[in-house]
Amino acid sequence: MAVLERLWRSLAARARPTGGVMPPTRKSQTRDLGIHTPPLPARVTLLLEDGRDQPWREVQPIVRPGQYVRAGEPVARAVGHLALPVHASISGHVSALCMHDESAPDGQHRPAVVIDADGASQHQWLPALDWQAALPDEIIQRIADAGIAGMGGGGFPAHLKIRAARQASIDTLVVNAAECEPYLSVDDQTLRRYADRVLSGAAMVARATGAAAIVIGIEDDKPEAASAVRDRLGELPCPARLEVIPTRYPSGGERQLIERLLGRRLSTGQLPVDAGVLCHNPGTLAAIHDAVALGKPMIERTLTLAGRALDRPGNVSARLGTTIEHLLIDAGLDRARLSRVIEGGPMMGQAISSLSQPITQTTNGLIAATETELPPPPRARPCIRCGDCQPACPAGLAPQQLWWHAQAGEDQKAEANGLFDCIECGACDYVCPSHLPLASGFGEAKQRLRTARAESARADQARHRFEARQAREQREAAEREARRQARRQAAARRGQQRDATSGSKETSAAAPDVRGLRIAQAAAKAAARKAEKALERAAQQQESADVLADLETQLSIAREHLAAADARLKTARQEETRS
Amino acid sequence: MSLASLVGVALMVGLIGVCGGLLGWLNRRFKDGEDGLVEQIDALLPQTQCGQCGYPGCRPYAEAVEQGEAINRCPPGGEATILELAELLGREPLALDGDADDTPRVAFIREDECIGCTKCIQACPVDAILGASKMMHTVIAHECTGCDLCIAPCPVDCIDMLPREPHPHWTPGIIASDRTTETLHGST
Repeated sequence: MAVLERLWRSLAARARPTGGVMPPTRKSQTRDLGIHTPPLPARVTLLLEDGRDQPWREVQPIVRPGQYVRAGEPVARAVGHLALPVHASISGHVSALCMHDESAPDGQHRPAVVIDADGASQHQWLPALDWQAALPDEIIQRIADAGIAGMGGGGFPAHLKIRAARQASIDTLVVNAAECEPYLSVDDQTLRRYADRVLSGAAMVARATGAAAIVIGIEDDKPEAASAVRDRLGELPCPARLEVIPTRYPSGGERQLIERLLGRRLSTGQLPVDAGVLCHNPGTLAAIHDAVALGKPMIERTLTLAGRALDRPGNVSARLGTTIEHLLIDAGLDRARLSRVIEGGPMMGQAISSLSQPITQTTNGLIAATETELPPPPRARPCIRCGDCQPACPAGLAPQQLWWHAQAGEDQKAEANGLFDCIECGACDYVCPSHLPLASGFGEAKQRLRTARAESARADQARHRFEARQAREQREAAEREARRQARRQAAARRGQQRDATSGSKETSAAAPDVRGLRIAQAAAKAAARKAEKALERAAQQQESADVLADLETQLSIAREHLAAADARLKTARQEETRS
Repeated sequence: MSLASLVGVALMVGLIGVCGGLLGWLNRRFKDGEDGLVEQIDALLPQTQCGQCGYPGCRPYAEAVEQGEAINRCPPGGEATILELAELLGREPLALDGDADDTPRVAFIREDECIGCTKCIQACPVDAILGASKMMHTVIAHECTGCDLCIAPCPVDCIDMLPREPHPHWTPGIIASDRTTETLHGST
């Protein structure tokens, strides 16, 4: 059976088209220009998430306005479970704890740490860690302390990914250097110049996760970076191999890359760690190397500045919190030619509304495009069912069908057709002759489904709370009844003593069903034990707080039922002994 | 009838008996996944426990619907719930009985006006109000179902129903590239 299954899977994998599109890459603008360091900005703005929109990302400032900080000193601590500490990216005085945001719709102030540079370039780093002697947990803790997020664009905290990979005992670390987005050449340049740091970071992550092998995936339009990596492969402490893959957007998608490099296909909802793989971007690995070997926290990143509105495009190493304007002006921005600025690549990036925004850890590129270079999308027309999007989809979906369902408000049908496998790469948008905004439509449909799911979880919790209240009321009634019985019995006993001679005896009501109540009590006890075990199991599996709270409610329901059954049984027994 | 055919019949009967027993046991053993009709109906109801249907909570109404009660008695569920119930039960969808009001709300106690009478606490079907006698009360907003049942008992009218703010957990954003806004497309 297993053999047949393997055969079938390999046939299916071969039969399945890889999808993807080949947009003009336009990397020649920047790819051979090296990494330039622009002058330090006079002021940096480090954005903070106050937890109002995303409580899991909440960070709290730990500095006061006026305080002097050195580069690398922590200025905010992580509160939410997906939050990362923030470090001063430049030395100077903290001037404010909020920034004016022109692009925000209503609240014009966003929480941020604003630092006015003193030009002294003082820094305070963490102590260097001897990673070859350090325990995996020490390495992971260091990565957490340094505040490193994935720099490929996702921005998920690196240490959480690594910890999950360690728990799942993965076997392979994939270095995702495909860099399939047009324009961007950050990973290319990082590998060409810092292959040693990237590979050393990969070795550290391999040690922290217990991965036995490292695979580096790189597209064939970056031969220099590939040869820089190949030269150093021998220095790695574990078996490593370099895979050069054909250039095709979006081969850098995590799932697509894992399938292409390792032949492991992730099903819906599976994460790479479920397939025994951890994926990291070269920039993240270089930052991990710096954090561990040098103790340098996350204070700067490399990004591509491209677009025909720049006179001096290239890759720059910029401090976090530098304004976009500062970087673009240094790269020779010609405002007359500028049509719009895009953060990220042209396929998945987003247009920027204000140049005064600072760059963050996830800013991997800024494209200052002219009108002719990236013209605004033409008006969307109705879907003509041409089916061009189907072969373009890297996830093997039928975008036109998903679009049809999403437009009809039939999100469930879209989900059944694999909506959650969509990585929103925009390959379907690129080929669509009707210029439909397919990918963002799918993003919205996913959000609607997530909202509906959260709503139904909420309704379940309300139901359980209602049941808990009813159970408590029943228990209280039963206990009241038991007390009343006890009182009546005591009164009757006194009465009997007094009228001992009369011999009159109160006729009791129908004999209570003690046996039935005993069975009910045993069942209630079993239910309570079951609820206890369910809660224990959930706590061990580290379920979310909402799930645990709900299970606690269910446990309290079971306990209330048990207490009520106890009280009823007690009443019945008293009555039995009396009669 | 020959002995062979008798044996054959006996074998078949035995086999049928064994299979039937096995199926019956399996059905009982793995019953947990399948909910009863009342549970299915209850799952479609909005669980506000508001009692606007005339029953003391969603579950009692679900039981009544199973017994033939009309499916249009749930204003918080609105049109959508009626359609889902009609689909599940194979009945005709009816117009909503009462005012359509399916905007999510939460109760809000104007705390400086609260006299601490605990009447709203007793009225709340989901124990979402916190407080003690002669102490200020407050609503645990994310547990409030917006059922209105605390409004009537309040002797000083210090409870308002406010539109519910979208719950923070409903927005995606686990990773930065989760899409919430219009992006570029069709660009070459």
